[in-house]
Amino acid sequence: MGEYRKIVGKCVRAAMMCCALLAGPAAPSIAAQPPPRTTAAQDGFVPVDTLPPEDRLPAAPLLVAAYSVAWVAIMIYIWSLWRRLSRVEREMAALGQRAGEPDRRGARH
Amino acid sequence: MMNRLFAPLALVVAAMFAYAPIMIANAPYESTMGLIQKIFYFHVPAALTFFLAAFVCGVASAIYLFGRRPSADRVALAAAELTVLLGVIVLISGPLWARKAWGIWWDWDARLTSTLVLWLTFQAYLLLRRYGGPGSDRLGAGVAIFGMCNVPFVYWSVEFWRTLHPKTSVLPTLQPGMRGPFWFCVVAFVGLFVVLLAARTRLEQRRAELEQLYLAVEGE
Repeated sequence: MGEYRKIVGKCVRAAMMCCALLAGPAAPSIAAQPPPRTTAAQDGFVPVDTLPPEDRLPAAPLLVAAYSVAWVAIMIYIWSLWRRLSRVEREMAALGQRAGEPDRRGARH
Repeated sequence: MMNRLFAPLALVVAAMFAYAPIMIANAPYESTMGLIQKIFYFHVPAALTFFLAAFVCGVASAIYLFGRRPSADRVALAAAELTVLLGVIVLISGPLWARKAWGIWWDWDARLTSTLVLWLTFQAYLLLRRYGGPGSDRLGAGVAIFGMCNVPFVYWSVEFWRTLHPKTSVLPTLQPGMRGPFWFCVVAFVGLFVVLLAARTRLEQRRAELEQLYLAVEGE
């Protein structure tokens, strides 16, 4: 019986030591954990006009900006394409003229 | 044939782009996102055409690389420029939607990052073609093929990896009221791509003719 008590006592002490070792480092981190976050709609309703400006984001300016970017990008590209094409056409016309000049001069003389 | 079709096609595309805002305004509002969801009608068609342009550039580059056809190189260069243009629309309209829908402008997730990489690949192609010197056409063709191979990864990235971006299942499950404006915008963007591709290819063709003319004049 005495032997049995000794073994049980040893086991209890060992278990208590293990608990102390495990709980020691974990205790500060548990204490440091923030309380679980709840959304405004869980705690109570908040009217949208009472929100800070950074949380009130209107959709319309973003939508207009997105469509404007697409239109402006396409327009700029078409303009640049037209400008490059007309430059090449001008250069070709000038070169054609230059190539034709000696013949005309030759014909005059 | 393209010369004859160019003007009517350009007119049809212009009319479609003029009518698109009316269709988008009449489309139903999405339940959770509301008004901001309407960016989708330009963002997604631009993205699909962006993939198409990258694909056309890659295929034309492969034809040029293995078949040595200069006309294919001209198409590849034109398609690469359009890939960059459409990429700009996608990469700007996306964050404008994300700011409202996600609360952030940008997230380095698989879809967004791979789209940026695809855009940068074609930007690299254009820089290479402009400043690469002799041989840059063949080197550029290799870059374009690499860029084209990236397209399926970008498209299916939302299925393979965890991402904030809406999945590809959004398109087949679109409601009838949203489906009409969406496919209308897809056709408008594809039409715009065809028109601009034809115009840009013509510019490159005229440049080649000009070069020949210069050589002929200097040779005299």
